[in-house]
Amino acid sequence: MTAALGRLGRFTLGVVARAGDLLLLALQSLGLGLRPPWRLRPFVEQLHAVGVGSLVVIAVTGAFTGMVLALQGYYTLSKFGSESLLGAGVALSIIRELGPVLGAFMLIGRAGSAITAEIGVMRVTEQIDALSMMAVNPKARVVLPRLVATTLALPVLVAIFDAVGILAGYVVGVDLLGVNPGAFWAEIQAKTTGEDLNEGWLKAVVFGFLVGAICTWMGWRARPTTEGVAAATTHAVVLASLAVLVADYIMTSFFL
Amino acid sequence: MPGYRRIEIVTGLFVLLGIAAAFWLALQVGQVGGFGKHGYRLTAEFDDAGGVRPGADVMMAGVVIGRVEDVRLKDSEKALVVMRIDDGVKIASDAFASIRTKGIIGDRYVRITQGMEEEYLADGDEIEETESALNLEDLVSKYIFSSGGKKSE
Repeated sequence: MTAALGRLGRFTLGVVARAGDLLLLALQSLGLGLRPPWRLRPFVEQLHAVGVGSLVVIAVTGAFTGMVLALQGYYTLSKFGSESLLGAGVALSIIRELGPVLGAFMLIGRAGSAITAEIGVMRVTEQIDALSMMAVNPKARVVLPRLVATTLALPVLVAIFDAVGILAGYVVGVDLLGVNPGAFWAEIQAKTTGEDLNEGWLKAVVFGFLVGAICTWMGWRARPTTEGVAAATTHAVVLASLAVLVADYIMTSFFL
Repeated sequence: MPGYRRIEIVTGLFVLLGIAAAFWLALQVGQVGGFGKHGYRLTAEFDDAGGVRPGADVMMAGVVIGRVEDVRLKDSEKALVVMRIDDGVKIASDAFASIRTKGIIGDRYVRITQGMEEEYLADGDEIEETESALNLEDLVSKYIFSSGGKKSE
């Protein structure tokens, strides 16, 4: 009985300690960003790796999401004779929900796992210790640029995801299924507001930060062995995906 | 290092693309766009436009022949519906416009029933014969009150 209680207590304390460690790493890195020396180059390189590297996969995901939403939406709406609402349905689903969430998933798969593996390998090969030896703070040099890059890149990627998704929905809905093109745009304008867009952007920023914080921390704390890095990469993808879904539910419930 | 220069330029392009996408979204959401300016305009006054919106279909014999461009209040009393009709569709001067619903809870649309006159309406003309939207709530309440009346008799 006491053993079971002890296990539960140890488990809870472990979770809390790890959550604190994660947040501390992210916040310490951000704090270091406020102090010189400032170098733009690592940030640009990371933004390139994270953002530009995920561009194609995000655009393709966005296009197919918009297309399948148009198909499914048309199937449902045509049962009520409300096909003209298709544009609003596609645009609202993508802008408020699917853009940020699927965009974050693609970012995790494409860039997040790479971040964890990269930092993990730097740990294994003692590059992080080498940076410390050279009086370079590895948090400022390794963690911070990646954290900033995912936080900045995801809103940009989500904007592209949204635009591509709505255009793809238009092609399927109007050109293939014969929805009135005027009604498609008019309903988007009538039913979508700036607030919906803001919700999408804010979600993208929060998810981007979460992905960056979790993936850098997983790499940072990876056991310095080959298996350790492999396990950390897997865990980073799983944990980041779950964190995005939970944060998405919480944020949506606050916005509605 | 030439490699870094390329990274900088590509990253700049990436950010620019994102800003363009965000701008386009804001424009699509905020403003009216995407309407082609072809066809000719007709107006019609209704006692009750019943929630017809810009972008709604205009149909004749079940075929889409145009769409509603604007709905506004006229003389603080009537609804003025401005429609844009496709070129090549001839509408007689005594045609009849009514506001209908696709299905029970479906979209509102304007139905135009062809008239008998040989004269056809041109750009800016008004369809004078109109019938207002069928108001489901009015019908339901009428039904409830009339059946209630019968019971009390």
